[in-house]
Amino acid sequence: MGQTISEKILAKHAGRKEVEPGQLIECKVDLVLGNDITAPPAIKEFERIGVKRVFDRKKIYLVPDHFSPAKDIKSAQQIKMMRDFAKKYKIVNFFEIGCMGIEHVLLPEIGAIRPGELIIGADSHTCTYGALGTLSTGVGSTDMAAAMATGRVWFKVPEQLKFVYTGKLAKWVEAKDLILYTIGKIGVDGARYMSMEFTGPVIRKLSISGRLTMANMAIEAGAKNGIFAADEKTNAYLRKVHAGKGIIYRSDSDAAYKRVYEWDVSKIEPQVALPHLPSNTKPVSKCKKIKINQSVIGSCTNGRIEDMRVAAKVLKGKRVHRDLRLIILPGTQEIKLQMMKEGLMETFIKAGAVVSTPTCGPCLGGHMGILAEGERSIATTNRNFVGRMGHPESEVYLSNVAVAAASAIAGRIVSPRDL
Amino acid sequence: MIKGQAWKFGNNIDTDLIIPARYLNTSHPKELAMHAMEDADPKWISKMQKGDFIVAGENFGCGSSREHAPIALKAAGVRAVIAKSFARIFYRNAINIGLPILECPEAAQEIKAGDTLEVNLADGEIKNITSKMIYHAQPFPPFMQKIIKAGGLINQLKSTK
Repeated sequence: MGQTISEKILAKHAGRKEVEPGQLIECKVDLVLGNDITAPPAIKEFERIGVKRVFDRKKIYLVPDHFSPAKDIKSAQQIKMMRDFAKKYKIVNFFEIGCMGIEHVLLPEIGAIRPGELIIGADSHTCTYGALGTLSTGVGSTDMAAAMATGRVWFKVPEQLKFVYTGKLAKWVEAKDLILYTIGKIGVDGARYMSMEFTGPVIRKLSISGRLTMANMAIEAGAKNGIFAADEKTNAYLRKVHAGKGIIYRSDSDAAYKRVYEWDVSKIEPQVALPHLPSNTKPVSKCKKIKINQSVIGSCTNGRIEDMRVAAKVLKGKRVHRDLRLIILPGTQEIKLQMMKEGLMETFIKAGAVVSTPTCGPCLGGHMGILAEGERSIATTNRNFVGRMGHPESEVYLSNVAVAAASAIAGRIVSPRDL
Repeated sequence: MIKGQAWKFGNNIDTDLIIPARYLNTSHPKELAMHAMEDADPKWISKMQKGDFIVAGENFGCGSSREHAPIALKAAGVRAVIAKSFARIFYRNAINIGLPILECPEAAQEIKAGDTLEVNLADGEIKNITSKMIYHAQPFPPFMQKIIKAGGLINQLKSTK
């Protein structure tokens, strides 16, 4: 029986010829990641194991990005704990704020991710790296602690789902819309415990940035991982970031899928996920008269330079609605620098937006743009759960970058086409 | 054998409902427990008793990977979570930290809020004392039973070191 990319990567890391869904296997991992929320409990658990060193001091990545720059004393303590741990065990990849970024934007950008690798991170959006043909998945702090000590983790081999996208995307329709559309179709548990493999002519044309956006939200359908076959675009990206080549796997033609979905996406519009689930999607044209107080552009889903360029295209020469706050969060320092070079900063500031330092910030209701009771935000982030961006009585609407930018100008949810 | 009252919650109870991110600047179990389920029911924590059960629908614990979610429930005194299904990361985390979880669609469907339950974690038997019904949850694979028996993943690692 043939194997999928995900199955091949799992088999390779388990030292087996092949694996099948449902099997429990133990795998070697190539990279272990944690942030300022998940690493502190992992560090406490690690110390409890009682080993003298980490499995590989170059393969552990510690990125304080959620509540940093430290938003309060407790957050400062958490980040200090990471910093001290990195020093104590001589962990190379700890990122101070001057060189940091949102973990899932930062790691691909600095060339830490390669195709064929198996990566775990104590953050649910670790699935982002599937964009590069990598099997990467989120785990909790205890799994992170165990993996820092042993370099290994247990997995149940997931069932495989395949998604085939055909047709041609309309103007202003982005990768974000493909993944929102997908989650809208299959639901927030439509891929629970499974792998999602994204394929088809539309995917082949999609930029790496767009693929990162899609893989990022595989978790919002409950998936263990989302994955793309590495191709020429992947190779060009890897060269640009000096990542090295990795191992490129392809799914066999006789690989077994639990289900194959095929959609012609030529006619889909930009999608908006209404409160309070990412699956609660509607075409933007059906979102009439939804007034908003805030628009957030950024996050591990849409905080790359390509996203910033789309936002600037919509905002150039325009003004943000006077009753609304537009918050732009570049994913990394490098992206912020590039924004300055390209004049995007000026476009945003002249339009009346604020541009933040890289941080997860408001995406999880942390800081830098929290909503008051009854307020609404449109956001290019990935979750719109109750209270996600602040007060439990506030609301989050998820969209692509162009819609979030256009809505910031209009003061209500609109497509850039309607400006 | 453990006995307690059932608290019902719906489908897709996400980790932001179980423990909102605004409280994640600490990982201290007692502090987290004070805010358990706050955005689902702000008064729940003052109403529930140690030893009670959470009974929920599909996809319990979806969303973030925060282990703070099962930690908050365990520290609040929840004896076990019974659900139709669990989200993947929450499932791992609960086993890893020793919060008992039971996957049992029939029980999750039929148990009513306030019912008194008796659960045998060793064999997964759920007895509804109020309705006199008995259910059997999916048994864990032997591999996971070992982790559970050891009292979590770290204890298991320590014992095999």
